[in-house]
Parts: sequence; structure tokens; C-alpha cells
Amino acid sequence: MAEATHDAVHQHEPPKSFIRKYIFSLDHKVIGIQYILLALSAVVVGMLMSVLMRVNLSWPGTHIKIMETLFPTGAPGGVMSPEFYLSLVTMHGTIMVFFVLTTAPQGGFGNYFLPIQIGAEDMAFPFLNMMSFWVTFVGFLVLLLAIFAEGNATVGAWFTKLGEALGSPGAWAGGSGTVGPIGGWTGYAPLSALGKVAGPGQGAGVNLWIISIAIFCVGSLLGALNFITTLLNMRTRGMTLMRMPLTCWAWFTTAVLALLSFPVLLGGGILLLLDRIAGTSFFIPGNLYVSGALQPLHTGGSPLLWQHLFWFFGHPEVYIAILPGMGATSHILSTFARKPIFGYRAMVFAIFAIGMLGFFVWGHHMFISGMSPYSAIAFSVLTLSIGVPSAIKTFNWIGTLWGARIRFTTPMLFAIGFVSLFVAGGITGLVLGQTSLDFFFHDTYFVTAHFHLVMGVASIFGMFAATYFWFPKMFGRMMNESLGKFHFWITFIGVYAIFVPFHAMGMLGMPRRYANFGEYEFLKNSHSLVLFVTIAAIITVAVQIVFYFNFFWSMFKGKRATDNPWEATTLEWTTATPPPHDNFAGQIPAVYRGPYEFSVPGAPKDFMMQNEPEAAEVAATLGDTSGNGGNGQH
Amino acid sequence: MGRALGIAIWIITLGSVGLFVSKHWWFPEAISQHGPAVDRQFTITIIVCGIAFAAAQIGLGWVVWKYRATADKQRATYSHGNNRLEVVWTLVTAVIFISLAVMGQSVWASLHLHSAPPGSYQVRVIAQQFSWNFHYPGKDNLFGRTDPKLIDDSSLNYVGLDDTDPSAKDDSVVPTLAIPVNRPVELTLMSKDVTHSFWVPQLRFKQDLVPGMAIHVHFTATKTGKYELACAELCGMNHYKMKSYMLVLPENEFNELVALPQEKFQARKDELLNKYQLPQY
Repeated sequence: MAEATHDAVHQHEPPKSFIRKYIFSLDHKVIGIQYILLALSAVVVGMLMSVLMRVNLSWPGTHIKIMETLFPTGAPGGVMSPEFYLSLVTMHGTIMVFFVLTTAPQGGFGNYFLPIQIGAEDMAFPFLNMMSFWVTFVGFLVLLLAIFAEGNATVGAWFTKLGEALGSPGAWAGGSGTVGPIGGWTGYAPLSALGKVAGPGQGAGVNLWIISIAIFCVGSLLGALNFITTLLNMRTRGMTLMRMPLTCWAWFTTAVLALLSFPVLLGGGILLLLDRIAGTSFFIPGNLYVSGALQPLHTGGSPLLWQHLFWFFGHPEVYIAILPGMGATSHILSTFARKPIFGYRAMVFAIFAIGMLGFFVWGHHMFISGMSPYSAIAFSVLTLSIGVPSAIKTFNWIGTLWGARIRFTTPMLFAIGFVSLFVAGGITGLVLGQTSLDFFFHDTYFVTAHFHLVMGVASIFGMFAATYFWFPKMFGRMMNESLGKFHFWITFIGVYAIFVPFHAMGMLGMPRRYANFGEYEFLKNSHSLVLFVTIAAIITVAVQIVFYFNFFWSMFKGKRATDNPWEATTLEWTTATPPPHDNFAGQIPAVYRGPYEFSVPGAPKDFMMQNEPEAAEVAATLGDTSGNGGNGQH
Repeated sequence: MGRALGIAIWIITLGSVGLFVSKHWWFPEAISQHGPAVDRQFTITIIVCGIAFAAAQIGLGWVVWKYRATADKQRATYSHGNNRLEVVWTLVTAVIFISLAVMGQSVWASLHLHSAPPGSYQVRVIAQQFSWNFHYPGKDNLFGRTDPKLIDDSSLNYVGLDDTDPSAKDDSVVPTLAIPVNRPVELTLMSKDVTHSFWVPQLRFKQDLVPGMAIHVHFTATKTGKYELACAELCGMNHYKMKSYMLVLPENEFNELVALPQEKFQARKDELLNKYQLPQY
């Protein structure tokens, strides 16, 4: 059945023209690489913004030439204003969450490897797949435009004119001297809904920011539909659900989360835009007095409605960012431990439990928002229960390494780093999930520490592991191991040096999103911490140059890779390196066993590929014929 | 490489745990009735977290130290897991996490699931970009009528107080908060423009002020002094300096202050602000 589907739908010839092959390609592999390149570009912007923020926090008033050149209005004299700082906060968050943590793990690696790992020739809907990337790409361009609409006088003037033409001058005003909105990536209404009257950075930049996110939502929805359909319908013969690599389970769950959560953000975004440009009042209550004047236009809206809509998406989004990293980590740990994954079934259930519970905990972002204190208690208990499947995953990862024969390659180092960082970041969820402790910690640096460690750098470590691991398959060459290990060591120590001190700042009560801490006596003991973090951040960011060099240099000059350089077991390693246009050169593999059959006693090698029939018999003699992926107890 | 990584993980663990054990950067002193309970709950939680964190990291460090590939080509242990272990660690973590969750509600419930005790002193808090207004009912203990249409910052009527209402005559609207010590205080939190958040670290209390809502909260301060009050919800360009002070006054001083007529209230408050010192940090 599966194979018939392939033949009927996917007999597409490899395209000849450069444009169809590399730009508007229908090939999931090319699209995957496009997503990865998009993330690699976006992360540079997001990272440079974080360095600028750190410099401003540690040395306020520093003259930065490049800022003056790029944003003569936004940073006159190259000195950062508080509103400029806040717009960096907003853009850093938006770029990182949407265009890095949602693109590379899912659209990038998921796109490239999900079809190959399940033995399909392409995604179910190649055209939809191409659309999803290009829609996302347009979303990124719109976000970049937001930077200049607020930060550059000339571009800003175009938008001011546009606003006058459209009859909503306040909403479209440009050139206010920021580099985008200043509402944070959460864009809380009514600050984000009122327009220019609410201050600088509330004009055209916010509209473009909303439009960018709305476009992104559409792109992600197209991708999610494709992932779900492909995984459910296009698995090859023998690839039962319980024989799928854990990466596929993670991408699948992520796609389900995206399918259910992005529409809510899309709807919320449209309502917010209407509040701004069409005079509606979804999120704006009546009788607001802003900037010295009563706002007569609006009445009856609810600021909390925006928060509910945003976080109904926003919390699943955290898992959208990290689940693919968990999948990649499981996959890579097992491969280099030379051991089957410990508790495959438990891992699958845990992924699903995290995904589903992730929809019932959004209210923990809103304990102190004015929401009912009874709801807060329900959300709090559910939030702490989500720690259980997270702990199960950690135990199973350590169980996988127990009794292993670990090969310390660069991808393995990053996968181990992922486990360490996931624990470090996740554990403080136990603090922040309690209503009583949120009295103190809400919106302090303790929160910033928590989510940067767990959804930020842990996810990024998952992606580094994935990059070093799959690079040879994608580009036919190995990345340089020495550079990779250097990159790992500095980055691993570096991210701890950056984010552990954030907890200490949180203990002092330091609020997030402050352009300067000098106003408050209770923050005066934080100077050494702030400086330490800035230095650690600058070093860690600088070392990423080594990664970029390694990535692009190895693409052309790296050592040639064999088809299966890591002696791994799953289907992507059974085909040529890099894989042909239809992935398996017309020879769709059949699958005979689970994904992680390493060190099988009696087998000739220490790994058995999923498509090896002879080895299947060896396994059969061991009583492993249950068809559940070799997950019986041994 | 395995040994180095194991050691690195252990050192990081030691450093991270040490940061909390040393208490070098720690909460400012709690000055509310519920504050010590928050601190206690945090201490219990952070000990549980610390143990779990250290156990997981030490375990991780141990397996990467111990189970590195060796030259003898010996194979790894072939195991797909152990259901009994899965059940055990699922149950153990579930019990610990749910217990923490239940314990973590008690302070919250004690404040938020009860209305303010009788005899609480009432103050209205009206936030705006980027300042605070505290509305006192005056000697008659009645808040004068307010109307958004009367708000006019340029003529200093920040909360739209209706001067024609007799009960408004003795009301005071001031930019800093004064509350009595050891007496419950009920705040009604409102915002004129965007969402702000009321945050006094020493109170162990934080609550958003949401436009269109009047949120009632209550607490009891237990130590006199002057404390910084900050905005904790991003509200625009000058969010970082939307600062005020909270004075916790002995009962007699407080009663004397709030009985003063409008024109003397602010001046007396300024004297008191100078009299009290911020805590030593």
C-alpha cells in the first residue's frame, strides 16, 4: 500500500534548471537545507542583538559605530536608548523563537530526514512543502523590514505615508527610533494594540511584527500538515509506528502541536492587527487614558484575552522548539553509545505526554495576570506534572548510556550536553510552576535563566548535535572533528557561565526587560554578575565563528564521507551520501527491526541496520519477533 | 574525552549548587506576614531541585566517565530497558513533583482565596506610564467618586477625582505608598493605560495592574521601613524607571498621616520618606 502511494504520487524527475533545483525546489532535502540556512542566518541577527543588549547593560552609554551607521535615527551618536534596548529584546526573542528554534529543528532537520527515515521518496505534498519554506522566508523578510521601519527615518517615512493613505496614521507611524516593537516577544495588549500614542516603537514596526508572525503561522501550518500526512501514510513496508526512530516520533508530535497551536496565534494576531488598524476593541478596554488623553475609540476589550490566546500557542511552542532536540538527542545517544535506546516505549509515551500536557499548562505564564486564582492552582499542578515525563526522558537517556561503549564524537558531545542542559533548565520549572513562588519570581531573571537554558540552549545543543551528525549525509563530507570539539567545549562551559548567574540575579529580584539596573538600590549587588555574564556571552558568541567556518569550509573541503560513517542503523544511512533525488534510487527499503539495534549478541557487527533481512533472522533466534521494534525485555 | 567531560559536568554541578548553597546572592529580607512561608517553600523546593539536579548530573558524569569505548572492542550491554525501573522512577518523580505542587499552593491560597480580613486598610493603586498613583480615602474612610473623563494629568488630577463629591474632599492621591505595619492592607489595583505590575521584592508579592480591571489583593507588612517599588510588567520605554517607594509605618504615625487633609498629606509623606532608610543591601 505504502509503496503504491509512492509510485502514484512521487514519480517526479529530478529538475534540471538551477532555479527549480536549488531555489523553488520541491525536494524535501533541498527545502530542509533551505530551512537550516534560514535559521543559520536568523541566529546571527538574534545573537548580535543579544551582544548589543549585554554591552548596554554592562556599559550603558557605550558608543557603537555600527549602530549609528545602520540606524541614524534609532541610535543617534551610536548610543542605545532605553526604547532601542527594548526593541532589541523584542526582536531577539521573536527571531530566536520563531525563525531559529522553530525552523531548524522541524523545518530543517525534520524535513530532510523524516521522509528518509521512514523510507519515503519525498514528503506527501512537495508543493506544500516548498510553499511552507517560502512563506516562512517572506515572514522573515517582513520581520527585517520591521527593524528598518522603526529604526530608519527614510523607510519610516514611507510607512507614515502609507498609514495616512490607509487612514490609520497612529498604527503605521514609522521611524520612531527603535529597531522594531518594544513589547517583548509576547506583545502584551493593550501596549501592543494602541499604536503610536503608547510611545516609541508602537507604530509600523508592530504591524509588520504581527504580519510577520501571521505569515510564519501559515508556513508552519503547511509544514505541520505535511509532516503528519507523510508520517502516517508513507512509511515503507515493515516501518511500524513502534519501529520508527525517536526522531520521527518527536517531529510527528511537534507537527501535531504546531497544527493545534499556530491557528490560535494566527487568529490572535489578526485580532490584534484589527485593533490597531480597523478600530476594533478585542484587547483594548474602554476609558483608557494614554499619553495625556482619553482614548475614545475603544471600548469593551480584554487584555487578558490576548494573554490567553498568546500563551495557548506560546506554551506548546516551547515544546515545538525542544521536542525535535529530544528526538535527535535520543537518536544520537543510542548511536554513539552503541546501545539500544533504554525504554523505547517509555520514550514514545513521554514525548506524547509532554506534547499533550503542554496544552494544559499555558496559564502558568499568567498566575499574576489577574486571572482567577483558582485557575492558577489548576495550571500549577498540571505544570508540575509535566515534569514527570521530562524526568522519564532524562532517566532513559542516562539508562541508555549505562553499560555503553561511548564513542565521543562531536555530535555525541553535543547530545550529552543537551541532556545536561535540559536537566539544568528544566529543574527550575519546579520553582517557577508554583503559584506561591511566582509571587517573587514572576518576570525576574530566574525565569530568563529557566527558559534560556531549556528551550534556548538545550534546543540549540540538540541542533548542533544534529548538524554534526547528519552533515555528512547532507553534504557528502565530514565536518572537522577537532574544530567541532573545540566548539563544543567552549560553548558548553560558556552557556552555563552565561545562564547560571541569571538565577542569582533572579534571587535578588531583578526584573526582566529593564534597559538599565541603576535605578534600584536592591539591584546594586548585581554589577559583578551582569559583567561576568556579558564577558561570558561575548566569548561564547565569538566561538560560534568556529562553527560557521567549520560548516561552510567542510561543505567544500571536508573529508569525503562514506554512506554510513557513524555505523548507524536507520534508513538514512542505507542510501547514498548525499541521497539521490528520490532518496533511495528507486529501491525503497523494507524494514525488519527497530531503529536502535546496537551490540546485538551473536550479530556479526555491533550494529544491525533496519533494512537488513539476514540480521532479522539473527534477531529472530533471539526471540525478538514481536514486531514492536525489538522492545521486549532482555 | 569521557573523563574530561565527566569532570566538566561535575564541576559545573558543584558551581551551580554552590551558587545557591553559599546564599551570596539571595532574597532581600522578607517583611510580610506571608513572606517567610514563601521563603520556606522556596528553600524546600530548591533543596529538592538541587538533589535532583545533582543526582542527574553526577549520574550523567559518571556514565560518560565510566562507559567510554575502549580499545578491546568489547560490545555494549544489549538491553532495551527495564519496565520495573520505568514504573519506579515514574511513580517516585510523580509523588515528589505533585507533593511540591500541592505544597506550593498554600501561601497563594491563603492570600488569594480569601477576601481581605475585616479592618484592612484600603488603598487604591492606579498605575500609568511611568508612574504610580496611590489614592487614600482620607479621614472619612470613603473614596471620592472618580470618572475617567475627569482624568487630566496636566492639571494633576491623575485619577479623575470628582471634586464635587463631598467624600472626595479629604482624599489624597500621592506618588508613593504608605501602609501601616502589622495591619492587613487591601489594595485595589488598576491601570489607566497599559498593563503594569506591582512589585516589592521584600513583600514577596507581585500582581499585575490591568487596564479595565480592578484587582483586589491583600497582605500584611510586618516591618517598618522604606522599600523600593518597581514595575514588573513591560509597559513601554521607561519601564525600567517606573519606580516608587513603599513606606511601612508604625500605627500611630500611619494614623496621623492618613487623617491629614489633602494639602498636608504629601508634605508629611515626604518627611517620612526622608526619615526612613532603605534596607542595607
